Order: sequence, then C-alpha cells, then structure tokens
Amino acid sequence: MAGNAAFNPTKFNPKNRVVIWFDRQLPILSLIYSSVGPGFPAPKNLNYWWNFGSLAGFVLVVQMATGIVLAMHYTPDAALAFSSVEHIMRDVNYGWLLRYLHSNGASMFFIVVYIHIFRGLYYGSYKAPREVLWILGLVIYLLMMATGFMGYVLPWGQMSFWGATVITNLFSAIPLVGDSIVTWLWGGFAIDNPTLTRFYSLHYLLPFIIAAVVILHIWALHIPGSNNPLGIDVKGPQDQVAFHPYYTAKDLFGIGVFAIFFAYWVFYYPNGMGEADNYIPANPMVTPAHIVPEWYYLPFYAILRAIPDKLGGVITMFASILILFVLPWLDTSKVRSAKFRPIYRQFFWILVIDCFILGYVGANPPEGMFIIISRLATAYYFLHFLVILPLVGLVEKPRPLPESISKAVLEAETAKTAQA
Amino acid sequence: MKKTFLTFGVAVALMLAGGAVLAAEGGHIEKQQWAHRGFTGQFDKAQLRRGFQIYREICSGCHSLKYIAFRNLLDIGYSEAEAKAIAADYEVEDGPDDEGEMFTRPARLSDYIPGPFANDQAARASNNGALPPDLSLIVKARSSAHGLKAWLLSLLDPDRMGEDYVFALLTSYEDEPPEGVKLGDGMNYNPIFPGGQIAMAPPLYEEAVDYDDGTKATLDQEAKDVVSFLTWTAEPKLDARKRLGFKTMIYLIILTGLLYAAYRRVRRKVKGH
Amino acid sequence: MATVEADKEHEGATRRDFIYVAAGAVGAVGVVAVAWPLIDQMNPSADVLALSSTEVDLSPIEEGQRIVVKWRGKPVFIDYRTPQEIAAARAVPLSELPDPATDEERVQKPQWLIMIGVCTHLGCIPKGNKPSDARGDYGGWFCPCHGSHYDTAGRIRKGPAPKNLVLPDYKFLDDHLIKIG
Repeated sequence: MAGNAAFNPTKFNPKNRVVIWFDRQLPILSLIYSSVGPGFPAPKNLNYWWNFGSLAGFVLVVQMATGIVLAMHYTPDAALAFSSVEHIMRDVNYGWLLRYLHSNGASMFFIVVYIHIFRGLYYGSYKAPREVLWILGLVIYLLMMATGFMGYVLPWGQMSFWGATVITNLFSAIPLVGDSIVTWLWGGFAIDNPTLTRFYSLHYLLPFIIAAVVILHIWALHIPGSNNPLGIDVKGPQDQVAFHPYYTAKDLFGIGVFAIFFAYWVFYYPNGMGEADNYIPANPMVTPAHIVPEWYYLPFYAILRAIPDKLGGVITMFASILILFVLPWLDTSKVRSAKFRPIYRQFFWILVIDCFILGYVGANPPEGMFIIISRLATAYYFLHFLVILPLVGLVEKPRPLPESISKAVLEAETAKTAQA
Repeated sequence: MKKTFLTFGVAVALMLAGGAVLAAEGGHIEKQQWAHRGFTGQFDKAQLRRGFQIYREICSGCHSLKYIAFRNLLDIGYSEAEAKAIAADYEVEDGPDDEGEMFTRPARLSDYIPGPFANDQAARASNNGALPPDLSLIVKARSSAHGLKAWLLSLLDPDRMGEDYVFALLTSYEDEPPEGVKLGDGMNYNPIFPGGQIAMAPPLYEEAVDYDDGTKATLDQEAKDVVSFLTWTAEPKLDARKRLGFKTMIYLIILTGLLYAAYRRVRRKVKGH
Repeated sequence: MATVEADKEHEGATRRDFIYVAAGAVGAVGVVAVAWPLIDQMNPSADVLALSSTEVDLSPIEEGQRIVVKWRGKPVFIDYRTPQEIAAARAVPLSELPDPATDEERVQKPQWLIMIGVCTHLGCIPKGNKPSDARGDYGGWFCPCHGSHYDTAGRIRKGPAPKNLVLPDYKFLDDHLIKIG
C-alpha cells in the first residue's frame, strides 16, 4: 500500500528535439504518457485482481504474434490442413513451440478473461459510470468465443469437425430461415472445405477487431478511471498514484508470474487442456463417442443441453450471455464492492460454484443425474441475475463505506504496523 | 484470497464427489514407468530403435507410419549410412517419367516410410473390413485416464499421453472372453479396448523378435519398446521441449524475482519511506 | 512530507537503481530469446533442408548426352562432354570472354560439366539439352528469351547475360555418383 503517496500529475515534457518535433505532429507519445505513463492517475489501492486486464492484453499479443507466424506454414484445405499442422510440429523450426504457445495461449486467454470478468462482478466494476466499459468487455468476450471456435476447427481433427458440426447445426433451430442460415454458414451441405477456408479467413480477421474494441475498452475506462477494491470514488490526488511506475512495475511482475504458469502448460503439459480425439484426422463418416467443446465453452454447452427443446436450448444458451449485457440495470444496489455487501458476497461465491458445476456437467454425457444437475444449475444461473441480484440490492444492509481511499489505506497500514 | 481458494476447493470437491457417484469410468489403466515421463524425462534412444524394429517386423504388415521420414531416424541414433540402408530396403513410387509412366525406386532419406496398403479400401479388404489406423499419432490420439480426479492428479505428473493405454492394450489380450460374452466373427477379446472386442489379433508375444541389441524380448519388453517408439513418432520434439522448458523456467523464475524486487523498490519510493 | 518525497524522487531519477537495470537487462535477454523462434521459423524447415541436396547417378548418361535434374527448385544441366567439346572450350582465349574463366576452373572431371541451368540475364532456362534444340553459335546453350549464347563450358560469349552459368556445389561420391548441394 502507499499510504502517504499522492498523485502529482506531470505533463509530458520532452527535452529531445526529435521527440518534440514528432509529438507535435502525431501526439502518440504524449498520449502514451498521459494514459499509461507518469501522467495517468490510478487509485492507489488496487490489488492483484486488477492485473488481469493487462494480462489479457499480453495474451492477445502472444496469440497474434504466434498466429501470424503459424499462418505462414498452415494450409487451409480439408485435405491438407491436418498434415500441415503436423508439418509445423515436426519440420518447421520451433514450430512445435509456436503451435503449443498458440493452442495453450487460447486457454490462457480465457482463464485470464474469466478471472477479469469475475473481478468485475465482485467489485461492481460494471456499475455506473462504467456500464459501456462493461458492455465493450462483453463484446470482446463474444468476439473471443467466435475466434476460438473457428480456430479450433482449423487443425481439422475429429473434434474440430464434429464440434463445428454440432454448433453450426444449432442455427437450424431458428424457425423459417434456420436451414438456409446453416447452409449459408457451411457453404455447402455439411462442414467441408468451404467452411474451413472461410473460418480461416475470419479467424485471422477477428483478432484485429478484438484489438480495436480493446482500444475502445481502455478509452472507456480512462474516462472515469479504474474502479478499486473499496468500490468508492476517488476523492482527490491523495487517493491516487501515477500509473507509471507504480502499476507498470506491478503489471510487469504479474506478467512474470503468469509467464511461469503459461510455461508450465506449454513445456510440460501441452495437451493437458485439449482432447485426444483431435489427433485423429476428421472423418465425416465416424462420430466420436463424446463430442466435447474446448473447456471454456463447457458451461454454455451444459446450458444448451439442459433444455430438452432444440430452439429453447439455443435461446437459453445465448440468453445466458446476453443477460450479462443488462447486469448494470439488474443489480439494484447502490454499493459497488462486495467487500461491503455481506449478502451479495455469499451469492457471488455460489455463482462461481454454479459456473464450475455447469462446466463439469458440460464435459459429461447428458445422461442420468447429469441432466437434472444441468437443469438445476442453469435455473440457478438465471435466478441469480433475474431474481437474486435485484432483490439483494433492495434488501441488503451494506457495511459502512470508508470516507475515502487514502483514509482506508492509512488505517489498514497503521493496523498492520500495530500488529508487527 | 482465502475465499477464492475456499470456493475453488468446494467446487472441485463437489465435482469429484459427483464424478465418483455418477461417472462410469472405464477399466483402470495401470501407470507404467517410461523413460520419457517426468519433468526431466528424455527418450532412451536404444529403446526407440528396438521399438522401430518391432514396428518394422510386426506392425508395418498392417499399419502405416506416414508422418515419419527415413531422415527422422537420425534423431533416434541411427547413423546417416544406417538410415540410408534402411530406406533403400523400401520401394517408393515416383514419376511420371519422360514417357509419362509412374515407376518405383528405392527410398531415400527424404522419403516418408511407405505404408503397407495403397489406400484405405485396400487396407480394409486385407483386414476383414477393419481399418488398421496409422500409428504416427496413436499415442496422442488416445488417453490413459478419464475423469476430473485423474486430470487433477495429473497436474503433478503431467503430460501423460496414451502410452499406458496402448501398453495395456498390447499386453491385456485374453484367450477366452468372460462368461456370457459372445465374440463377433474374427474378433479378439481385449478388456482394455472400449467394448472389449478388437479386430486386431494379439500382435506381440514372447520372443516375437530377435532384438538387434541382444535385449531379452519378453512381451512386456516388446510392448514397452514399441510404445516408447510410438510416443516418439507422436511427439518427436519431446526431448527438445523438456530441455527448453527447464531453461525457460529457470529464466522466468529469475526474471520474475527481479521484477518483484523492482516493484517493491518502486513501491518504497512512491510510499516515501 | 510531499516536498521531501519529490526531492528524493528527483535524486532517484538521475541515479538509475541497480534493480531496474538488472531486471531490464534480464528482460531484454528474454525479448531476444522470444524473438529468435519467431524469426527462425521462416528459415527452411527440416523437410526442405532434406531436399537441399540430391544425388545423381551418372552411369546411364551417354557421351555427348545432356540431362536436366531438379535441385532446390532449379534445373541443373549435366553434360557428358565429348572430347571435341572439351577441346573447343579449352581453346578459347580468356580475352574473348565477357566473364573470363578457364574450362579447368569450371569442372572437376573434364568430361562432366555440371551447371545451374538458369540464364544469368533474367532467369530463363537456356535451350541446348535436347539433341533437337538450338545450341547457339558456340556449341553450348542458347537462351531464347533475349539471345544469350553460352559455350561448351557454359560461359557467356554473346548476348545480354553478364555472367557464366553458375556452378553448384557438388562432389563425386564415386566415379559415377555425384551429390549436388
């Protein structure tokens, strides 16, 4: 903590003549200075849950860099795709490393983003005046899901093919136009080469769209500035520190810790989050015993299968994401941070457990007890957002909020030194 | 932080309990010792060469190995001359020549190991309609354990591929199916194979090969050797991956330590004491 | 309190802290280590390198016959030269050559002329290997694209090409087996 620190905003004041000349014409350097540099104020009490935004940005860069070089060796043709990936793994210099970085990077991206989202849920980061920021984040999440889905098809393994078949078939549930939409998506009468080539094109494109929305996301963040663990507004410079060097140093450290975690998967368990069946080339004549999507889609897969009606399942699955768009208006509490919301806090953790349960159910065949559990867990998910959140906000008696961030930080520090 | 771990623990406990009650997990596959397993495991190249001998003398009658080129054999300890000689024993198709005809010639290092059949249909015709799969990736295309509990435990002993499964399959054939199970035409009983009935007859037996390096060819030894070989064909970069992983981890731990120290320094300066 | 901190920070800013330099230096090493695979992946892959050399059996070639083999995606001319062709090549004074080179420099065994069959002007493949082909004015090869004439040692004699036909790296593994590349 930085009890006595205060933010004295400095302005970009270059001494170098070249820098002055350049920045006058294209003020990108002063923009960097004032948005992530010594010129940008941030709350002084952010904890490590605030590292996950920069981690997500880091993983996006890793995915784009590894993706672009992998694209130099991959062949987007149904007859050649699987072999081209094996060519990368066996013959391309460091191909195995680039491939494992990219496949595990996708999992890392979702781990980081899920933690980032749940941080937002816990600390009320979605509440006014950050609703648009929250919505932009959800747009990024949807784009990530599309990108990941299409990327997984590219190796053209059994799971690539059959996962794509199942998910694209969902759209046939749409009344009247469903079948035409599916044929349009496929470019044919089943998943085949035309589907592969268009998925390749879009998989290459979407990350650039994601990057653009990320810029909007950061811009929208910088208007009100970051939320903080106490959920109370910044009252003045005594509540803040300069983003650089304080949070740049902390973010770099966070990236270091994350890199160790990432390296464990890439070097020691590169197929640990994958499916063995995807090392079997796609065979339209043979369906795998269990079709499972990648782990980051499992909760939605569970919701989809929980509803016995095909169209109902599709609608419920999309609804489970779309409901998040209106979360800022469903939660009636005026208090942001769960730190001061004793009832909401319990329900937050129950929601987390519910999501794990949904994920677990999604990985299992829809038989026996799994069906009942998936329905209960799905019902509870919607209950949380549609019933519990609005009610809790009205009924809950929040704990008294601190007067200011700096006061709270100072109190915490004196308490700590008193203990020591 | 505490709450986070607590919740995570509760979620996992629920799923494990659920798994134990609900999931019908298949036959338990025993864990074997493998030279390539573990954080610092590396292939035993002499073992890989024995495994290649088994592939050549037994498996290649029905199974192709399409992703392995003769030049790859240099990576398991054959000399260039030895690998060239092995290649020259095989005929591969080339052409068309100047007359427009296809022809065959002895294989070179740059050629891939030719499979036993011209295409899938020929393979099926020779095997009672069953298709012997290509073996290059078989060890990664199978898993040795299922369920959440096994996966969580695997985090401490990671990267277990299908080695144990394929080993169990090769060594678990039974002469007679159990009471009440009727074997299909031409099928063999193997409790490890999903469904229990497999078209492949037991391929390995004691002294099935005469090892070039003099090792005693017990059934277990043969199965170990060929599965190690097939793990290499599926993951030829395993050795390099683990070696680079070790260096990378050391580097990252040092770097993260320095970054932490730098962060603490920044904090002290900003704090002002 | 604030001014004391400001002064301290000012002092610190001009004296780079060792820990920042250390972390930065170690980090820079990492950046290079990460950059290398991203760059090296564009270098020829193992399967391409495997085809980077090719062995050619010379025994089926008859005296006076010229064949073409493919090596690294390019044609290689192999000429089993007649004694007349060898003599003609050796009789040429260096002063007549736009790109002077003796015949002896261009062959390892006089009867075997091995060259990359790509015109040094703008990259077409010269004619002269088939008996029915035009061979140009010097008995060697003739490039139809812009009229370059090569002699029986593959040297440029007339026309826009600036250099003699390029010689690949090759060696004789035995009397009738060469390895190119």
